[in-house]
Amino acid sequence: MLDKTGIAKRIAQELQDGWYVNLGIGIPTLIANYVPDGLNVVFQSENGILGMGPFPWEGEEDADLINAGKQTITAMPGAAIFDSATSFAMIRGQHIQLTVLGAMEVSDQGDIANWKIPGKMVKGMGGAMDLVASADNIIVAMMHTNRKGQSKLLRQCSLPLTGVKCVKKVVTNLAVLDITDDGFKLIERAPGVTVDMIKQATEGALIVEGDIPEMNI
Amino acid sequence: MPSNRLNQTSMNKIVKNAEEAITGIKDQMTLMLGGFGLCGIPENSISALVNAGVTGLTCISNNAGVDDFGLGLLLKKKQIKKMISSYVGENQEFERQMLSGELLVDLIPQGSLAARCQAAGAGVPAFFTPAGYGTEVAEGKEVRYFGGKPHILEAALQADFAIVKAWKGDSFGNLIYKGTARNFNPVMAMAGKITIAEVEHLVEPGELDPNFIHTPGVFVQRIFEGNNYEKRIEQRTVRKRSEV
Repeated sequence: MLDKTGIAKRIAQELQDGWYVNLGIGIPTLIANYVPDGLNVVFQSENGILGMGPFPWEGEEDADLINAGKQTITAMPGAAIFDSATSFAMIRGQHIQLTVLGAMEVSDQGDIANWKIPGKMVKGMGGAMDLVASADNIIVAMMHTNRKGQSKLLRQCSLPLTGVKCVKKVVTNLAVLDITDDGFKLIERAPGVTVDMIKQATEGALIVEGDIPEMNI
Repeated sequence: MPSNRLNQTSMNKIVKNAEEAITGIKDQMTLMLGGFGLCGIPENSISALVNAGVTGLTCISNNAGVDDFGLGLLLKKKQIKKMISSYVGENQEFERQMLSGELLVDLIPQGSLAARCQAAGAGVPAFFTPAGYGTEVAEGKEVRYFGGKPHILEAALQADFAIVKAWKGDSFGNLIYKGTARNFNPVMAMAGKITIAEVEHLVEPGELDPNFIHTPGVFVQRIFEGNNYEKRIEQRTVRKRSEV
């Protein structure tokens, strides 16, 4: 089984040289720590920066340099700053090669719900709806089950949707799954996790073909 | 009368302070306020609005501040009737007022919010976007397919007053922003019927290089130099040198 760091490390393996990448708040932000050596990747933050860098050294925080999670950051050499309309033009205009975000629920058709629990949590969608509607390549990073042990990979989302038929791949603490026309297709198992454990934890349609390899992290 | 364009032309949009800048903002008006989280918010103008006691406001702003800073100050004094934002998670008072029904809230996708402000300023009454299709955001909106993909029709978003925060500005209203404090300020500056700009440094015309102006002064009606900026940081995340 993976922890949050493990999920981030596995998704970092999907990065390709020359890519522009948007990382959502939560588990996705950890991915920036695991970019393979020698790979040129630029991180975009929706609030208006390309070339987001690591957190500043203690004492060097700049209140005018934050990321989408409102955390203080630095800017890499070659960074660019722009306004919110330009930021979402990059996103909506499909200039970003990969979007990674968290979710509460994903359906086996690729629907995603990650912004509202009616009557309980209504924080807002932020940039999520723009991101999922526009990106060619969307990976969801999340736990396979919720705190009550219920599956988050469903036949149909029960919570208000963020986007429809948009998720391409899901990486959880248990598995890597692609989303196909016929549902979730199991690609890899997390270390120490069996196919049966994954079947038990997946409510949506799950395709298991042949031997499923273990993740190599 | 002979015209001589070699004469110095000047614009003077300078007002003394935030109190003077917000003249004419009345109860029930719609305001746009720049900023992302607490970054790039017009702190002085928000204080002035709190002191002026204007109520029944509809506020268009990406976020709602935190409980005791930014728009949270107006929320605490119940001066806001309705918020139009994309994310309000940092403010518990906001969530409470919303869930109890005291506060009307329109949550709209961040990219659509930015584009709708820019559209208003640009004279584009409506446009199609894929964001929100298939979700509650799309309810009641026309759907049209482009390139085989569904899009929803979104309308331009305008305000009686737009209040923006910049780093430097001049008497013509030209503005330059610093870092990620830019965010929504440029597009909201375009969308206000009247735009108020508060700046950290008010400089002489000619000092700002025309090549590097972020908001051309035509969009700005009032400008003042603010003071005592707190520039509060919401999440002070750092690396400690001992970690290396």
